[in-house]
Amino acid sequence: MADTLAGAAHDAADTAPEFPMPRASGCPFDPPPGLKELQEQGPLTKVRLWDGSEPWLVTRYAEQRALLGDARVSADTDRPGYPTKASAEAGEGKLSFIMMDDPEHARLRRMVTAPFAVKKVEALRPTVQRIVDGLIDDMLAGPRPVDLVEAFALPIPSLVICELLGVPYDDHAMFQENTKTMVRTTATPEERGAATREIAGYLAGQLAERLTGPKDDLLSGIAGRVAAGELTHGQATEMALLLLIAGHETTANMIALGTAALLEHPDQLALLRDTDDPKLVASAVEELLRYLHITHLGRRRAVTEDIEIAGRVIKAGEGVIMVNEIGNRDPRVFEDPDRLDLTRDARRHVAFGFGVHQCLGQPLARMELQVVHGTLYRRIPTLRPACDLADVRFKHDAFIYGIHELPVAW
Amino acid sequence: MRVSVPDTSHHDEKGKGYPMKVELEADKCVASGQCVVAAMEVFDQDDDGIAILLTEEVGDDRLGDVEEAVAVCPAAAIRLVRP
Repeated sequence: MADTLAGAAHDAADTAPEFPMPRASGCPFDPPPGLKELQEQGPLTKVRLWDGSEPWLVTRYAEQRALLGDARVSADTDRPGYPTKASAEAGEGKLSFIMMDDPEHARLRRMVTAPFAVKKVEALRPTVQRIVDGLIDDMLAGPRPVDLVEAFALPIPSLVICELLGVPYDDHAMFQENTKTMVRTTATPEERGAATREIAGYLAGQLAERLTGPKDDLLSGIAGRVAAGELTHGQATEMALLLLIAGHETTANMIALGTAALLEHPDQLALLRDTDDPKLVASAVEELLRYLHITHLGRRRAVTEDIEIAGRVIKAGEGVIMVNEIGNRDPRVFEDPDRLDLTRDARRHVAFGFGVHQCLGQPLARMELQVVHGTLYRRIPTLRPACDLADVRFKHDAFIYGIHELPVAW
Repeated sequence: MRVSVPDTSHHDEKGKGYPMKVELEADKCVASGQCVVAAMEVFDQDDDGIAILLTEEVGDDRLGDVEEAVAVCPAAAIRLVRP
């Protein structure tokens, strides 16, 4: 802003605030203060993005849910007005059904919902418990301090999603490197394209193997849809890629952020350390999902017909961004919203979004987080940060918010 | 003295013993599983993850859970109605 010409600066004074906004220093778990101010002023306001476009930013819970649940709001990134996140995102291929509308979205989504049903996910709990216990055994036997992200937060969802898809875990290092590149906003289009192609190529190979020799895994289920003529090879690969990425970086960051936040709130951590009540653990996980947020760039849509909401009209062809992070701190819905309180009823949070695109893997994410937070502090009751919070690097520059490294000791 | 909203006045008398009816529009369901988490005794999922009703009638003991399911369903596929 400082080096814009006088005329441009004058115009800027009349234009919308820029989004995304920075968090306050020393408050890595709280939404940017600028978002709070906008929420106090009203439920929606225009903001300015990196490319100069001015979509609506929706800051309050009720309006966020209403718009995410509205069929006149499109997830299709090719629609006029769709607010892109960064230059690298524009013009990229679509990531399967999360960037489509019904009815095609529903047709594709329903092909992969089966393994994420609550009771099917519950059957995986002993496997996840074994994975979590194994990683804690390794940490306890290894040197101190240790980076919790590398030793614990990343391998858990990697192991789980590889198990679910049927991908050999030996290949997880390749996934981790490439997904890191894919979610880094500062990656060039070339870098992101190369990372995507490497994973997609690998998954295409895995799917081709399943076409001739099916196994009892999710990739075989997707390959079966190809054999039945319901999906092209390309669609099948995109779908596998979506499931792999969505189940990977997201959960890992929630594990790391949750642990860091609890280490900053020892009274709350003590509740988990001293309980074996699955209800309290489940409640704690919902509150962590409400209080923390990884999709910090908001859920983005394009409006296809004029929509009247909160006394305004959002016109067809305009973009909307629902920042659920601030919706989950809306005092109209959650009392004393900036307090982390593991005993509150936080179930109505919108951490997984809302509407037809709400996270498909949420039962799996919940169960993984329940096992993590129900186990880690009980098995390592003296767990403590091995550096100042001020020295921890948070992922301000990534599509998915989180923590780069979290050194811990005990 | 309680002020009733006209069209739902009789709903205010919770605990009068007669059960509410749950309605589910399965073609709207997006298989998020939220209803099962909220009210496991009333909702389940079929082989594709789509919600199914285990019972259509809900007494006072489960009313709160089902109200929660209505509130958290991302597809607005569940309704509670007076039979």
